[in-house]
Amino acid sequence: MGGGARAVMCNRMVVDELADAAVDRIFQALADATRRDIVARSLRGEHSVSALARRYDMSFAAVQKHVAVLERAGLVHKTARGRERVVTGDPETIRRAAELLDRFEEIWRRRDLAIDSLLAADAGTQTATTEEGNRR
Amino acid sequence: MTFIESIKDADALTLTIVTEYEAPRERIWQLWSDPRQLERWWGPPGYPATFEVFEFEPGGRATYYMTLPEGGKAWGWWRFVEIDPTSRLVVDDGFAEEGGTPAPGEPGRMTTTFEERDGRTRMTTVSQFDSPAQMADLLAMGQEQGMIEALTQVDALLAA
Repeated sequence: MGGGARAVMCNRMVVDELADAAVDRIFQALADATRRDIVARSLRGEHSVSALARRYDMSFAAVQKHVAVLERAGLVHKTARGRERVVTGDPETIRRAAELLDRFEEIWRRRDLAIDSLLAADAGTQTATTEEGNRR
Repeated sequence: MTFIESIKDADALTLTIVTEYEAPRERIWQLWSDPRQLERWWGPPGYPATFEVFEFEPGGRATYYMTLPEGGKAWGWWRFVEIDPTSRLVVDDGFAEEGGTPAPGEPGRMTTTFEERDGRTRMTTVSQFDSPAQMADLLAMGQEQGMIEALTQVDALLAA
């Protein structure tokens, strides 16, 4: 038990984090293609609301509304810079992705160990399915 | 000590795992092509996998479940996208309902290549995910069904 169960526990904790983070609001916010596009762009760099508005075939007010929905969901932050309102994505999304990749690596490390013991077993018993000769 | 390296790319959402084994390529290929051998390493310790359907041919499907220590089963499915015997295998891996019917949501894709040198085989698996939410899905096989549907909406988030 031990390690394996712990790894899965950790996985569940990550998922719980996602669950706790006002999931409903997040998914409602992301259910719209324009809003998803705004999030993707603002994760890569800062954009003013007016710069964003020029990208879409809709009014400044409509874009502002989308940004407000995203802001309530915690997916983007809006800060004042001079006269402009600058929108930035929350890098938390990326951090979460990195964390999840760590969990997957852990799973693969365990698989690797399992394969090792499988191969060690056929080195001992020389199963019918292997090509012999190359093994030392 | 056969774990060579892992390369994580949180932007591209890929995980590359490189391992090397003291066995010829044909032997390592069998770890994937023979479901009885696959079952012995696919599930994490304490979570043994059982493959029920295993159509090992391009376009073929597989279904499996992992038996949870606390009882119950977590189901998954595969689709064999590309099979190039002993050198390359491409598999889509997704979450399934009980019985193995694919659940809503995009699968992840695993591309595994096998290279042999001096009787040793290097196995490289690249896992490609669509979104952090999808990774969470695959990691948490056995979690609440309703959340999974909601999570799949994030798919386009980092793809744009």
